[in-house]
Amino acid sequence: MTEIALTLTDAHASTARRARRQRLQDAAFRNATLAFALLVLLILGGVMVSLIDGALPALRTFGLGFVGTEVWNPVSEQFGALAPIYGTLVTSVIAMAVGIPVSFGIALFITEMCPAWLKRPLGVAIELLAGIPSIIYGIWGLFVFAPFMQSTVQPFLIATLGQIPGLDNLFMGPPYGIGILTAGLILGIMVLPFITSITRDVFETVPPMVRESAYGLGATTWEVVWNVVLPYTRTGVVGGVMLGLGRALGETMAVTFVIGNAHRISSSILAPGTTISASIANEFTEAVGDVYTSSLVALGLILFMITFTVLSIAKLMLLRLQRKAGV
Amino acid sequence: MTMSNSATLATPIGGLYHRRRIANKVALSLALGAAGFGLFWLVAILWTLLYNGLSAINLSLFTENTPPPGGEGGLLNAIFGSLIMTAVATFVGTPIGVMAGTYLAEFGRGTKLAEVVRFINDVLLSAPSIMVGLFVYEVMVVRMGHFSAWAGAMALAVLVIPVVVRTTEDMLKLVPNSLREAAAALGAPQWKVITMVAYRAARNGMITGVLLAIARISGETAPLLFTALNNQFWSADMNAPMANLPVVIFQYAMSPYEDWRQLAWGGALLITVAILLLNIGARLLAGLGTTRK
Repeated sequence: MTEIALTLTDAHASTARRARRQRLQDAAFRNATLAFALLVLLILGGVMVSLIDGALPALRTFGLGFVGTEVWNPVSEQFGALAPIYGTLVTSVIAMAVGIPVSFGIALFITEMCPAWLKRPLGVAIELLAGIPSIIYGIWGLFVFAPFMQSTVQPFLIATLGQIPGLDNLFMGPPYGIGILTAGLILGIMVLPFITSITRDVFETVPPMVRESAYGLGATTWEVVWNVVLPYTRTGVVGGVMLGLGRALGETMAVTFVIGNAHRISSSILAPGTTISASIANEFTEAVGDVYTSSLVALGLILFMITFTVLSIAKLMLLRLQRKAGV
Repeated sequence: MTMSNSATLATPIGGLYHRRRIANKVALSLALGAAGFGLFWLVAILWTLLYNGLSAINLSLFTENTPPPGGEGGLLNAIFGSLIMTAVATFVGTPIGVMAGTYLAEFGRGTKLAEVVRFINDVLLSAPSIMVGLFVYEVMVVRMGHFSAWAGAMALAVLVIPVVVRTTEDMLKLVPNSLREAAAALGAPQWKVITMVAYRAARNGMITGVLLAIARISGETAPLLFTALNNQFWSADMNAPMANLPVVIFQYAMSPYEDWRQLAWGGALLITVAILLLNIGARLLAGLGTTRK
C-alpha cells in the first residue's frame, strides 16, 4: 500500500518536473523568437543610427544648406546634395510616367483580356522578370539602350520637341546617349514587372460576383475595369505604384551605368546628371577625406528618409486594401 | 412615319452604344499595345543578354581568374567569391529570419509588437540595398579598418532576413490550427509543436523563401561595392577583399577593354541563369506544397 503510494508520488513528482522543464523550454523558445523579431527592428534602427552618425561631420560643416546647394567639389571640399536629389526625383518621375500606364495595360491584359491558357504563363513570366537583378538592366542600358538613344531617339527629340518654344529647354544640347532621360526610361522598364505583378494580384482580389454583376448589367470590359475594378482596388494599386516608386528612387546599378555622374542641374533632360545612389556607388570607395565620405553618407541618409516615407505610405495603402478584402 | 420614329429613337441609344463600344475598343487596344510594348523591352533585354553572354561563355570562364587589363582570363575567383559570400549570408540570415517569422506567426498574433515588426520588415524588404552597404560599411569596415568578405557576407545576410521572415510567417499561418491542437492534446510542449509539427507542415514553403532570398542576393551589387570590394586575384581569405560576380561585372562593363566587357556579359548571363533557375525551383517547390494539402 505504502509502496504504491510512494510510486504514485514519485510519478507525480516526475510529471511535475517534466512539466516545469517543458515550461522553461517553452519560455526559452518563445523568448528566443522574440529576440530575433526585435533584431529586425534593431537592424532598421542600426541603419538609421549609422547613417546619421556617418553624416554628422558633413551636416556639421554645411548645416542644412547641404540639402539646398548644388556645388559638389571634392578639391575644395564643398558639397551639396541638390543635384543628386534633383536627379533622383526627375529620373523617378520619368520612370513612373512610363511604368504606370504600361504596367496598368499589362495587368489589364492579363486579368481581363488574355485567353485562360496564357494567364498563368504570362503571370509567371512577369514575376520571373521581377527577379532579374538591376545590374543586368544597367549593362543593357550602357551597351544597347544608350547608343540607341544617342543615334535615334535623342536627335529626333531635339529636332521635334526641342524646336517648340517652351519645351526647347527640356530637350536641349547634344545627344550624349547617357543622361537623365535614358536613366529614367531604363528605370521605367525595370519597375514594370514590380508594378504589374502587384497590380495583377490586386485586380484579382475583386470578388468575381462584383465583376460579373457589372458584366451582367451590360458593361463593356473597359467599363468594368474603370468603374468597378479600379475603384474597388484603388488603394492597392496606389500601394503597388508607391512600391515601384520606392524601387526607382533607391535603385543603384540600373542608373549608375547610364546617368553620366555629373553633379549639376540642367534644364535639359538629355543632359548627364546624377542620382543619390549613383553618386554613392560611383564615388564612395574613391572618396578621400572625412568630409567627402561623410557627405556621401549624408546623401544616403536623405535617400533613407525619402524611401522610408514612400515605402511606409505604400505599405499602409496595401494594408488598407487587405483589411477591406478580409471583411 | 413609323420608320422615322424608330430612327429618331434608335439614334441616341444606338449612338451611346456605339460610343461605349468604341471607347472599349480604344482602351483595350491601348492595353494590348502597352502589354506588347512592355514585354518587347523585357524580351529585348533578355535576348541581348543571351546573344552577348553565350559568345563569352567558354571553359576558361570557369577555370581562370580575372585577368589584368587587356589580358585573357575567366571569372573563377569571382564565381567562387560570390558562392562563398552567398552561402555565408544564407547560413547567417536564414535562422534569424525563421525565428523572427516564427514569433510573428506563432506568438505575436494580434499583438502591437508583431504589427510593428511586420511593418518594419516589409520596409526593409524593399529598402534600397545601397543603404545596407553603407550601414555595414559604417559598422564593420570602419571598425575593422579594411574591406573584407565577412562584411560583404553580412551585408547580404541583412538582405536575406526580411525575405525569410516574410515567407516563414506566411507559410506558418497556412498551417491549420487543428494540427497544432492535435499535437498539443498529445501533451507536446509548444516548442515541440512548432518545430516538429508546424515547421514540418510548412517546410516546402519555408525552403521556397530561402531560395527566393538566395536569388535576391546573388545579383545584388550595391551592398558589395564598399564591403567586399573586389579582388583581382584568387583569395579564400574571408578577412580580405574578395572578388564577386556583380562587382566584377560592374567594373568590367564600365572599362574600355573589349576582353573585360566580354567577361562582364558572360558573368551577367551566369547570374541571370542562376537566378532564373532558383526562382523556378522555388516555384516548383511551392507548387508541390499546395498540391499535397
